[in-house]
Amino acid sequence: MSGYIQGILVLLAINIVFAYAAFLPMAAGQLNLGVSGFAAIGGYVSAYISNKSTVSVAVAIPLGGVAAGFIALAVAIPVVRTRGIYLALATFALGQIVQATILNLEEVGGAAGYPVTAFVGFPFVAAFALAVFTFVCLLFATRFGIAITAVHDDEQVADLMGLDVRAFQIAAFTIGAVVAGIGGGLYAHSFNYIEAQYFSISLSITIVLYVLLGGTQSVLGPALGAAVFTLLPELLRGGAQWRYVFFAAILIVVMVVRPQGLVTGAQLRRLIAMARKDRLA
Amino acid sequence: MLGSIYAMVGVALTLSIGVLKFLNFSIPGLFMVGGMATWALIRAGVPWLLATAAALVVGAALALVVERFTWRWMRNADAFVPLVSSMAFLILFENIAVVVWGSDLRGLPRLFASVDWHVGYLIVSVPQLFCLVGSVALISGLSLLLAKTRIGRALRTIAEDSETALLLGVDVKRLVPLVFVISGLFAALAGILFAINYRQVHPFMGEALGLKAISAMVVGGMGNVWGAIVGGLIIGLAEVLSIQFLGADFVDIAVYGLLLLILVIRPTGLFGGESSMRARA
Repeated sequence: MSGYIQGILVLLAINIVFAYAAFLPMAAGQLNLGVSGFAAIGGYVSAYISNKSTVSVAVAIPLGGVAAGFIALAVAIPVVRTRGIYLALATFALGQIVQATILNLEEVGGAAGYPVTAFVGFPFVAAFALAVFTFVCLLFATRFGIAITAVHDDEQVADLMGLDVRAFQIAAFTIGAVVAGIGGGLYAHSFNYIEAQYFSISLSITIVLYVLLGGTQSVLGPALGAAVFTLLPELLRGGAQWRYVFFAAILIVVMVVRPQGLVTGAQLRRLIAMARKDRLA
Repeated sequence: MLGSIYAMVGVALTLSIGVLKFLNFSIPGLFMVGGMATWALIRAGVPWLLATAAALVVGAALALVVERFTWRWMRNADAFVPLVSSMAFLILFENIAVVVWGSDLRGLPRLFASVDWHVGYLIVSVPQLFCLVGSVALISGLSLLLAKTRIGRALRTIAEDSETALLLGVDVKRLVPLVFVISGLFAALAGILFAINYRQVHPFMGEALGLKAISAMVVGGMGNVWGAIVGGLIIGLAEVLSIQFLGADFVDIAVYGLLLLILVIRPTGLFGGESSMRARA
């Protein structure tokens, strides 16, 4: 496998992890515009731990995720009491604060970036991405997943049915932040270097776009969206600046033609039904 | 001065949020188009008055294009879809600008001799004062339009409930594009003022400013026109004061910290709850 392809595959695996970080709150009807902030927290915390102590990378990365989760919890609890776009805006503000704070933290290199000694290769990253994917699939096969979908579809009805809407939203948001932190840790250790500039609002927005392009109705959507977003610009690489123009145009058209994203729940059910029919025949 | 530009972009955003409950991310893009089109036309030898008028027309026309793709064709889609499409439009506008004009910082000629008034210890720049007064006048005009006229009443009805408005005979299909055009005009005009005052433009000038304008809108209270002005001034003041007392590195931490604080303490903003778009009986 050439270095180029391996580099893209690592990025693909990390982007899939990020996509699930944004997917979890979105599946509960909350928009997280601060995924990059949580990823930065996870990345820097895990890098700091693995640089300064003998703790292995496989432990340091989840610890980074937990740190991101705690920050998410602290923000979500006061802000989720409001409806609509406020949580999205709070996450956006938080992402900006995290980035600006890291830029001024000399302990981790400030604007010059932070070198990371421990290295993880593609198999390690892929294993983590697969673990995250399996975890989300399992999560959505439980009552928790059903409850989250109910909250997403209609908050008032879910409330009437006796679900604690806020608790589910906070939980989905926090788990999402943990996943984002893990993604950040993977990024830090597979590129051996992190800089706060990478974790900008544009990254958060791009990650949200992965999920919306892929579709929020099924657990497969985010992975597909991340794959399209990572690979398509590479394929369009010939056109330099034009590729972003095409890319944005394709996105707008997809949103007009398939506003639910590429993979929808109804479509999956149809496919499953067809497969069953084939087996019976 | 910067505060009045934040306020104008903030008003453009707040109009869209207030009437349509839609955070229109293409507005920072229209701000950039306003500034860059002015620069391009002046460079091509067009007199500045004509150039600014043409830039306004371009801004309004692009706002109508955005309306088609974010609103008209996807009224029944998921709430995030217009948001995503408007973000895609921001990417599209920025990269088309890069393709057409290049990504360099471009300078404009000085259009007005800088005249300063000395009032005691204060030095007041006349063109800047003119901008401030002009933007306050325009925003007052919009506020009057919303409060007193037939169109204003119709828009406030749509803000309350667009389906009921339709039942009551409000021509929703014709008024929604009007909202887009007004907010496009405000954004483009802010871009023109920015270009003339700071005499420099570049394709990504909308991003940082748009994010600050969103903060201004939230601090003042979303959906409230006067809130956007006060928020704009507060954000502008917070920036200048934090540069003065904390150093330039802490500007973003201060501004977004303020935003997060407001969201946690009083999510509806300083003037929230008395939205100028909702019916005031």
